[in-house]
Amino acid sequence: MRRVQIPLLAVAAAALGLLPFLRHARNRLLSGQPIDSYVSFGLASPLWTVGFALGLGLLVLPLFRPGALTRWTSLLGAGIALAAAAAIGANAAAHLAAAGSPAARTSLGSGAWLFAATLLLLASDTARRLRFGLAGLVPVFAPLALLLALGTLAPLSLLREYAVQHDAFRAAFGQHVALVLGALGPALLIGVPLGVAAQRWAALRRVAFPVLNLIQTIPSIALFGLLIGPLAWLGTMIPGVSGIGTVPAILALVLYSLLPIVRNTVEGLDGVPRGVRTAARAMGMSPAQTFLQVDATLALPVLLSGLRVTAVQAVGLAAVSALIGAGGLGAIIFQGLFANALDLVILGALPVIALAVAADLVFRLLTAWSRAALGGAV
Amino acid sequence: MITLDHVTRRYQGFSALEDVTLTVADGEILVLIGASGSGKSTLLQLINRLQDPSSGTVRVDGEDIAGIAPEQLRRRMGYVIQGGGLFPHWTVARNIATVPRLLGWDRARIDARVTELLDLLRLDATRLRNAYPHMLSGGQQQRVGVARALAAGPSILLMDEPFGALDPVTRAELQAEIRRIHTETGCTIVFVTHDMDEALGLATRIAVIDRGRLVQLGTPLELLTRPATDQVAHFIGTTDRGLKLLAVQRVGDRVRPGETTPGEPVSAEISLSSALSAMVTRSQDRLPVSDPAGAPLGTIHLADLLGP
Repeated sequence: MRRVQIPLLAVAAAALGLLPFLRHARNRLLSGQPIDSYVSFGLASPLWTVGFALGLGLLVLPLFRPGALTRWTSLLGAGIALAAAAAIGANAAAHLAAAGSPAARTSLGSGAWLFAATLLLLASDTARRLRFGLAGLVPVFAPLALLLALGTLAPLSLLREYAVQHDAFRAAFGQHVALVLGALGPALLIGVPLGVAAQRWAALRRVAFPVLNLIQTIPSIALFGLLIGPLAWLGTMIPGVSGIGTVPAILALVLYSLLPIVRNTVEGLDGVPRGVRTAARAMGMSPAQTFLQVDATLALPVLLSGLRVTAVQAVGLAAVSALIGAGGLGAIIFQGLFANALDLVILGALPVIALAVAADLVFRLLTAWSRAALGGAV
Repeated sequence: MITLDHVTRRYQGFSALEDVTLTVADGEILVLIGASGSGKSTLLQLINRLQDPSSGTVRVDGEDIAGIAPEQLRRRMGYVIQGGGLFPHWTVARNIATVPRLLGWDRARIDARVTELLDLLRLDATRLRNAYPHMLSGGQQQRVGVARALAAGPSILLMDEPFGALDPVTRAELQAEIRRIHTETGCTIVFVTHDMDEALGLATRIAVIDRGRLVQLGTPLELLTRPATDQVAHFIGTTDRGLKLLAVQRVGDRVRPGETTPGEPVSAEISLSSALSAMVTRSQDRLPVSDPAGAPLGTIHLADLLGP
């Protein structure tokens, strides 16, 4: 435990001591001047510094008194320290804004981000030891969520950007989720039957896998590009189809999703013992009953773990599809990149990460649940 | 009664079974024995239509099974395979209930039947009923496999090398269970094995299959005394054939009635090989014999083991 925690604490301290805590610029297009953490702490209300110290104290308590209770308070301490650090940044930002022009922006600097990342690593390590699953994350994020709800963090440039982009952000988030779900649905409808067929007929398997593997090796931007031509041509005959926009994006996402779905369907079905299948038929189950009650059921956990890979991959690839005008959070990221507005990039990237983590988590839980429901044997 | 009439089974030119004709009488244990790939499992699977003959007919109780839907036919027969073939995602109770559920029995009847079968197979009902197969030992899994096959009270039980993967002690226990269950239920059993000792110990009659052909069909004693071909003789084994002969005959058949001998009597039901073993361990050349109830019957001498 100490072997992990002490170097991480050292990194957190170095991040605060050596890297800029904030960056202050006269407007959102300039890159801004670094502001060290001691200056930032000095600008903010001392109350937050007290909270920050308290949080850090709780965080390191298990080093001296290991136990379930101190681990829980350690998680809460990490949450308090994170929230207090953000509040200090916001406080300082408000102070600087009052002194300068209203267009001035203060954003969190590399020191603050590294500090946050280190604390999250420490917290996730502690949460794992508690073996309470997701519940361990609640005390970590609750203080931050509270400050967000109270508006304490509003002066930070990221949130000012969010305030400006509020409607566009919501629309992009919705589009992103729709792209992912719109791709997973057809990919399942095509991939699962294809996997079932490939498992049954070796000839199909020999053809399908090289093709799907080949698709997987095409870089996403290249695949989007390759689809523009044929789809634009198709669009001349079928209204609604075009070389750019949602249709080619979903098509590409479906193509990428097929490999993990087909592969895991085949693997799952391959894993059903021969004797079990023979027994099912010999007991007098019909082919449909054998498939549904035995083959498909036993293959389900493997299929679900394939879906996890597929979903996480689709969340990431959907961001790239903004390049061909499919919208989504990628649009915000690219808008920020082209305008050199880092806050906008972060505003687009954070929810992509959150979506990927959420998808990973949901399918992990589903996989674990399905394994448990099958008696823990598969 | 099961009748195979000139049955041939070919796959892509390869003949797995060639012109086999045989009848399994009601209530007998017919053991199909042969080397691996001899076609003995194919023969078994022709009876419940896991395979269909290329030519010839298979009849069950006089009815050509080609006219019966495979699912309906299979639900009337029990089937046990090596390792049990249990559904890993179902509890022991649910596994045993497979065929009754397919037949649409009501819940109470299924529950009662599951309990009855767990008792019949000497499985601890309270502890194992809701256990999953992977929590069971190999022997327990195979007992559940037998219970599942017997669930709907079939008159025919097909067993495909059921005890092949078990250790010798567990295997002997389960063979004894099969003999007991056979006596209790009176069902017809067709049993596939490649182990001659298992065949001699269980069979009413043995069918020796070699490269798709039925080379000999007879009682264990007939096989041991008059093997039809060199292959059968080879299969029986040359060095311990005498011991196997003793193993398939009972003391009761050789006893000298009325003659009394001091000492602990042996049952007339035990095999001649067991009697020989008792003589060797007691260093006596004769043993008193009693009936299973314990009443004295007579004496058996070492010389009697050699045959009449």
